[in-house]
Amino acid sequence: MDFRFGPEEEAFRQEVRGFLKQELPDDWFERNMDFEEEDGVAFARKFRKKLSDKGWLTMAWPKEYGGQAASHIKQLVFNEETAYWGVPAIDNGISMLGPILMMYGTERQKAYYLSGISKAQWVWAQGYSEPGAGSDLASLQTRAVEDGDDFVVSGSKIWNGAHGDADKMFLMARTNPDAPKHRGISFLLLDDMRMPGVTVTKIPRMWGRYRALVYLYNVRIPKANLVGEKDRGWYVGAALLDFERSGVGWVTRSRRVLDELVTFARETVVDGEPLGKKPLVRHALAEMAVETEALRLICYQVAWMQGHGQVPNKEASATKLFGTEIGHKMYDVGLQLLGMYGGLEPDSKWAPLRGRIENGWLTTFGHKIMGGSSEIQRNVIATRGLGLPRE
Amino acid sequence: MDLGLNESQQMIKTGARDFLDRECPHTYVRAMEEDERGYTQDMWKKLADIGWLGLALPEQYQGTSGSFLDLCVLLEEMGRALLPGPFFSTVVLGGLSILDAGSDAQKQEFLPKIANGELILTFAITEPSARWDASGIKDVKATKQGDRWVINGTKLFVPNASVADYLLVAARTRQGQDPKQGITCFIVPAKAQGVSQTLLKTIASDRQSEVTFKNVTVPASAVLGQVDGGWAVVERAIDRASAATCCLMVGGAQRVIEMTVDYAKQRVQFGRPIGSFQAIQHHCANMAVDVEGARYIAYQAAWKVSEEPAAAAKEVAMAKAWCNEAYRRVCALAHQCHGAIGFTKEHNLQLYTRRAKGAELMYGDADYHRELVAQSIGL
Repeated sequence: MDFRFGPEEEAFRQEVRGFLKQELPDDWFERNMDFEEEDGVAFARKFRKKLSDKGWLTMAWPKEYGGQAASHIKQLVFNEETAYWGVPAIDNGISMLGPILMMYGTERQKAYYLSGISKAQWVWAQGYSEPGAGSDLASLQTRAVEDGDDFVVSGSKIWNGAHGDADKMFLMARTNPDAPKHRGISFLLLDDMRMPGVTVTKIPRMWGRYRALVYLYNVRIPKANLVGEKDRGWYVGAALLDFERSGVGWVTRSRRVLDELVTFARETVVDGEPLGKKPLVRHALAEMAVETEALRLICYQVAWMQGHGQVPNKEASATKLFGTEIGHKMYDVGLQLLGMYGGLEPDSKWAPLRGRIENGWLTTFGHKIMGGSSEIQRNVIATRGLGLPRE
Repeated sequence: MDLGLNESQQMIKTGARDFLDRECPHTYVRAMEEDERGYTQDMWKKLADIGWLGLALPEQYQGTSGSFLDLCVLLEEMGRALLPGPFFSTVVLGGLSILDAGSDAQKQEFLPKIANGELILTFAITEPSARWDASGIKDVKATKQGDRWVINGTKLFVPNASVADYLLVAARTRQGQDPKQGITCFIVPAKAQGVSQTLLKTIASDRQSEVTFKNVTVPASAVLGQVDGGWAVVERAIDRASAATCCLMVGGAQRVIEMTVDYAKQRVQFGRPIGSFQAIQHHCANMAVDVEGARYIAYQAAWKVSEEPAAAAKEVAMAKAWCNEAYRRVCALAHQCHGAIGFTKEHNLQLYTRRAKGAELMYGDADYHRELVAQSIGL
């Protein structure tokens, strides 16, 4: 065993870190930017372009698709650094759609989309969840009806980032309402989010940011944009290529918060002594240090397993479950530390850490739901990981 | 980075699983809970014969030169099987401390005998104050008289003292401002005049004793390490023991989750296996996350102790803080899934639950280790 990164990986980490420091403004962490809104979108587009120019954005991809076939550990290092610094990096076009196209795309689809994705040309919205289909995604009702060379699509897609100036959407729609629910779904690419019939509305969330609800009304998608076979879209969407999927970002963002809280506890004097001298504070922060360490190592193990040709199943669900639960707990601890000041929103001049803890705490409720709720992850661990019966 | 076991560690693991499945079934564990010595001579001889007692000792002392990490792989299996007896105290507390801090003469005298199964050792660290830091070594004092040392005082919670041939003893030899200064370690024959011990009944049935020293006299050659500089010996011993205990705990917790999943698949209520209920599935998933977390944080500590023993404090503290609570949580959820049968004496789960608590208390509980972590992150 050796828990250290190799010299090449360490050098790469320093290179990424150096690049980020050079590119980001001094007050980067103060800005708390949302990459799906206003100036954030423009920043994210530009920043991803730069990462693409460095060859980092799709370094996990095979060389034939413009990637570098980078090792899982190298991907992990990149994902860790970009998560720690909170920059826009790998998006769902790269992590989800790219692998799907490599596996199921036609030659034309691969040539056009993969090259565009690797150059950060588009912002993609993910058209999976619907108002009536959340955890039970396969019950989705958006219809795609064949008409000549097109599918005509109607329905609604919710909780996506379409409001963030999205250019395109990949989506699942029902093409056969008579088949069992998993077997009547097709996977489609909507090329232009600004075309007639597409209406994007914003849903404000309790922390002041938004997600989108997209209405599709008789939207024509050419059959050439069907990915994989018709009615097999559920399985297309489930395609997982062997790219780093340790979910290290969750725990890394929490480590960033912990570092900020430790600094705050050292520098803030209450009743004549630094907060960090108080036993309750010390223990709460130490506990978070221990938890993030345990999870960091599980993530490393996932990447390491993948590098050795093993397929992580329960481990990958564990990192999402544990990662978002730790995220919530970290902000809980942060708010406890701040006391009355913890309730101040980011704009207040009185808000410690520019209100990031208050805002971050609210967002963590979302993290435990999105991309498969904690309960769904536990189901996956129990049934696929531990082999417990479904009924 | 390499997070897997190497070939020889893999062999240790499978070999240990085979041996312990055969030689250490739960019936043996149960019998030894009632046994006066807590283990059989026959078992001890077998442990020597298969080379486990000398696994982490160099060849020159008749060991097989395995690393501390190799030993921890073995300990994980022992934790899974709940192997009773003084293996841990003899090898981890005793043998490795002598290897670490002993003089050439001490190594020559003790290590080959440990490897051959001829000696049982333990380390008497804690006192009635039950503290694991240097200030806990206070009431047991050693004073120099001529060229001999005279030891007086009471040690508490000493593992396997009742069967030990030698006790390593941490004693206060000088009083000063810094409790880390002025501690000296001694190698004391357990049968020396003035040594008496009383067995304590403990939650894990793990044979701890109260050991009293009354004018126990040892020669200067019994000093282990430096006079007044013995905290270094104790600190390293506690680091090793903590990391090793974490690996025992990982083995035990893994067995508990397997037991629970098996039971949840078989036990039928409301016409279906209880494992098909999400309430039970989520308990099992939470257990799985705890065990995964425990495994790598424990191995990171074992690896660090193996590679850089003097700089392993942070990794060890994080591991022990996590494993203490994770193993306890795992057992608690296992009981919840097992229902009433799980807390009967007859069921094996209780063997693990009691040992999880016992292991949690040894070498510092989670609060103690979290304080060390707090210091290590700059608080």
